Amino acid sequence: MEDELIIGNKKITNRLFIGTGKFPDDSLIPDVIKKSGAQVVTVAVRRVDFGKTKEDMTNYIPDNCILMPNTSGARNADEAVRIARLARAMGAGNWIKIEVISDNKYLLPDNIETIKATEVLAKEGFVVLPYVSPDLMVAKRLRDVGAAAVMPLGAPIGTNRGLKTKELVQIMIDEIDLPIIVDAGIGRPHEACEAMEMGASAVLVNTAIATAGDPVFMAEAFSNAVKAGRMAYISGIGAVKKYAEASSPLTGFLNL
Amino acid sequence: MTTFYYEYIRYRNFNFEGFFNSISDYDIERVISKDKLNIYDFLTLLSPNAEKYLEIMAQKAHRVTIQNFGRVILLYIPMYLANYCINKCAYCGYNADNKIKRNIMSIEDVRHEAELISQKGFRHILILTGESRAKTPVSYIKTCVAVLKEYFSSICIEIYPLKEKEYEELVHAGVDSITIYQETYDEKTYDEVHLSGPKKNYKYRLETPDRACRAGIKNVNIGALLGLNDWRKDVFYTALHAKYLQDKYGDVDVGVSVPRIKPHIGAFQPKSNVSDKNLVQIILSFRIFMPRLGISLSTRESADLRNNLIPLGITKFSAESSTKVGGYLEEKEYEDSGQFEVSDNRSLEEIVEMIRSSGYQPIFKDWENVI
Ligand code: SF4
Repeated sequence: MEDELIIGNKKITNRLFIGTGKFPDDSLIPDVIKKSGAQVVTVAVRRVDFGKTKEDMTNYIPDNCILMPNTSGARNADEAVRIARLARAMGAGNWIKIEVISDNKYLLPDNIETIKATEVLAKEGFVVLPYVSPDLMVAKRLRDVGAAAVMPLGAPIGTNRGLKTKELVQIMIDEIDLPIIVDAGIGRPHEACEAMEMGASAVLVNTAIATAGDPVFMAEAFSNAVKAGRMAYISGIGAVKKYAEASSPLTGFLNL
Repeated sequence: MTTFYYEYIRYRNFNFEGFFNSISDYDIERVISKDKLNIYDFLTLLSPNAEKYLEIMAQKAHRVTIQNFGRVILLYIPMYLANYCINKCAYCGYNADNKIKRNIMSIEDVRHEAELISQKGFRHILILTGESRAKTPVSYIKTCVAVLKEYFSSICIEIYPLKEKEYEELVHAGVDSITIYQETYDEKTYDEVHLSGPKKNYKYRLETPDRACRAGIKNVNIGALLGLNDWRKDVFYTALHAKYLQDKYGDVDVGVSVPRIKPHIGAFQPKSNVSDKNLVQIILSFRIFMPRLGISLSTRESADLRNNLIPLGITKFSAESSTKVGGYLEEKEYEDSGQFEVSDNRSLEEIVEMIRSSGYQPIFKDWENVI
């Protein structure tokens, strides 16, 4: 069965997105991408050396991947917009993950500034994927100003705590007619699987893979988990019943 | 306007001895297993009693660091622009009383040196001067920054304290980070080791990070010169300061350095000796207390020790450092003695290789000037 995710006119068949920070060695990235089959890879613009030295991480990203630069380091909408423009001017394509963080303790996103940046960049023709704290109203605003997808966090970045925001993410999935991609917080494959079972369009994983004992093997584990969750979602998960269905019903005599 | 000075006053007469005497093994174990620590928990980890828990603390610090920063180490290089100084700091080779050759780099040489350093791969640079508004005025720093901006992604200044307006000017010119050490947080000792000069003003120096943060600086590094006073007290106040800055200026990255006094011209006897073991306890306590705190390690420390400290919480590393003015130019026309002795003399390649072989990745760029 064809099961494609379309964002910004690009067809995506693998719903595991990968982040590139925190690896012990960037040279692991090609293997991580290969084993996971990831097609979308995010890269912090602040880490890219536009002088194109040998230490530039983008050298390790295969050409057939969709490069999704992110605005990590931006503390307000204005900074995010400038980073996005720089990334595009440097030839990184027109996808951009908006990350606006002005809280260095928990690294929680600033939803309000994120909406502002999304509006500006969507107008300039970027495919904008904003990273947010899950909030239905914020997601609606993002949709209205032209976001291509919304990326709510499962738990604060890097915590590996899993889907702590499950209820709120589910509401976004149910109510917003845009791909909802769970980003941040996912620490173990079963949590990625759970997000996909809930109907998330994709998940983005970085810390859990990059800091694993064997990042390449872990990438494969995540890839399998994401596939399993997606398959379960498409097949239609049986309803969870809160009561047992008795084999000899008490109301059978009514011939309902 | 509230500043850290008022926070400091609240803890100025803290009874450290009484606190340390009251710490039981159970207290230390409880703190190590906590997720969120308060400043007294920090002091518990720093207590003499906690020394026997260093391995358990190290395990936790290692995990916390990897979770927050990954296995990466940011590399930077210091560049001494000038060594003119009107202060008399008892512990420093640049002290105005010391008969050393004084130099200032010409703008052409700044450019030349920038070229040489950036060719090696460095993208983060730290520029330093002594305190001399006559020889190295803000306008000179600004001109240097304009040149350096062409070569580096991040420019950090370690110069004399400025007014808020002046910081704004430098931020505008391209400076994103400052480093300013309080040297010692103990007001009395501070007065004793700063014999004369504007640096004698304890409060003005203490409030420098506040002024810089208000001016829009992105990254603030603070620290105490370990050994000037009882190191446990100074480290406690440094942590208090770091926490204060992180809480108050949420969008600023806060970092600490843990410099120990090193030999220099003119003899100065440190008050307390900070052993390698003490240094490890300091680093581990910082990391466990503030999981997202940047921790820098300079080439003051030996190669061997630096290698071993990598997995314990360090996030920034200087490499190939010269503490001399014009120290990277081949023709040594600025011949002078450095501010302190460099102990790790390895080449950048050797350091990169060492970081890699410890399972970490050296990072040259972690900031974009456009921001
Ligand atoms: S520590 Fe700084 S202010 Fe003091 S003498 Fe040395 S260079 Fe001058």
